[in-house]
Amino acid sequence: MKLSAMVERRIIYLVLLVAVALPLLFPIGWKTEVSGYTQMAYDLIENTPEGKVVIISFDYDPSTMTELQPMGEAMIEHAFKRDQKIITTALWPMGVQMAEQAFDKVLRDYPDKKRGVDYVNLGYKVGGMVTIQAMGRDMKEVYPKDTRNTPYEEIPLLANTRRLKDVAWVSSLSSGVPGLKEWMMVARDSYNVPVTGGCTAVSAPGFFPYVNEQRQLTGLLGGLKAASEYESLIGRLGTATTKMDAQSVAHLLILIFIALGNIKVFVAKRRKSND
Amino acid sequence: MISIMNTFGIWLAAFFTLCIFSFLYKDNPFYKFAEQVFVGLSAAYWLVYIIYSIMVPNLFAKLADDFSGNIILLIPAALGLMMLMRIHPKTQWVSRYPIAIMVGTTAGISMLRYMKSDILQQLTATMINPFAAATTAEVIGNLLMIIGTICGVYFFYFSKKQEGVSKAVSKVGIWFLMVSFGATFGYTVMARISLLIGRLDFLLGDWLHLIK
Repeated sequence: MKLSAMVERRIIYLVLLVAVALPLLFPIGWKTEVSGYTQMAYDLIENTPEGKVVIISFDYDPSTMTELQPMGEAMIEHAFKRDQKIITTALWPMGVQMAEQAFDKVLRDYPDKKRGVDYVNLGYKVGGMVTIQAMGRDMKEVYPKDTRNTPYEEIPLLANTRRLKDVAWVSSLSSGVPGLKEWMMVARDSYNVPVTGGCTAVSAPGFFPYVNEQRQLTGLLGGLKAASEYESLIGRLGTATTKMDAQSVAHLLILIFIALGNIKVFVAKRRKSND
Repeated sequence: MISIMNTFGIWLAAFFTLCIFSFLYKDNPFYKFAEQVFVGLSAAYWLVYIIYSIMVPNLFAKLADDFSGNIILLIPAALGLMMLMRIHPKTQWVSRYPIAIMVGTTAGISMLRYMKSDILQQLTATMINPFAAATTAEVIGNLLMIIGTICGVYFFYFSKKQEGVSKAVSKVGIWFLMVSFGATFGYTVMARISLLIGRLDFLLGDWLHLIK
C-alpha cells in the first residue's frame, strides 16, 4: 500500500503526539547527565558568598516559558538556598509576570523570605543595551521604583547597591533580543560583572562560543535539558525534570524517523537504478 | 468568581490550542479564527502596553509632575511626534530625521560593543595554548576549536582560488561547518519538542487534570 506524503505526515504528527503524551502521563524517570556548561553556571552561584546581591533578568514571554521558567525557578531557589539577595529585572514586558510567577512558586518552600529584604522585582524597562549601560552608572535612575511602587531608597535590599558593579553576578534568561547577549556585552565585557544565563535550545549553539577562556559567559543553560540538569544539581524535582522523559522519547522517535526516511530514499534509488 | 474566571480561561486556552493544532490535519476555519484572534490581541496588547508602561511613566507622568525639571524630555517627545508624521504622505519626509538619529545612535553604540565582544574577545579566546589543559579530552577540544576556527574562517576567504593546500583547508572548514549545522538542527528539534511538551502538559494537566 502506498501512502501519500500528506497522509504520511499526519501519521508522523500523530505518533509524535502520542510519544510525547505518554511519558507525561506515565513518567519513566530517566536520568540526565550534567554538562560542563550547566556545572559552570551552578558553581558561579554556589561559590558566591552569602548576603551578596545578584540580578536575575527575565527576558522572555510566555511563548518560551516551558524552557525558561524552570531555569528561573531553579536559579531563584539556588540563590535563596545560598542566602543571596535577588533583584529581578525584565528587558521584555511580560518578563515581569514571569518573575512574579517564579517567586510565587519558589516562596512556597521559603516562606521566611521577604519582599524588599531578600528579593525585589524592579520590573520592565525599555531600551535593552542602553538600559543596562545606564544601570552601570546609576541603577536608581533606571529603576526609581519597584513593581509595587516602593521608591528605590526605601528598599532595604538596595541600600548598598547603586551600580551594576555592586552586584555579584547577573543571570539573563533570554529568548531573543534584548537578552543574554546584551547583558554579556555590557555587564561582563564593560563592567566585569560575571554573567551567566539560560536560553532556548534554538539559540544555544549561538551562545556556546561565549563560554570561553575569556569567561564572557560563566556557563550556560541551553533549553529544557539544561534546566533539568540544574534542577538535579540543586536537588529539586521541578517541571523540567518531569518533562525530560517526553523530550528523550520524542528525540528517539525522530531519530527512528530520520533513519526510516533515509532507508526509504535508498531503496527507492536502488529500485530506480535496477529498472 | 476568581475560580470561575480561572476555569473559563483554561477552557479558552485549551480551545485555542486545539484550534492551532488542527492545522496539522489541514488548513481550516478554526485555525484561521485562532490565528486572526492572536494577531488582533497581540496588536491591542502592545498598543496598551506601550502607552501605559512606556509612554506614561517615562514621559507624560514625569512632565506632569515636574515640567521644568524634565524639560529635556521634550526632545524625545518632539522626535516621537515627528515619527508620527509618517501617517500623512505630505509630511512623511519629517519622519526621516528621527529615523536618522535612531540609526546613527544605534550603530554608534552597537559598533563598539560588537567589536569588543564578538571580534576582540572571541579572537583572544582562540589564542590559547591548547596543551595547557588538564585532561587529554580538553587538549583535543582545544585543538579542534583552533583548527575549526582557522579552517572555518578560511572557507570564507574568496580572494584566492582554492586549490591544493588551500582547498584542503577549506574542505576541513566545510566539515566543521556541517557539524555545527547538525548541532544547530539538533537543538532546534529540542526547542520545538519543548514547545509541544509545554502545550500537552497544559492540555493533560491544567485542562484535563490527567497529570498529577
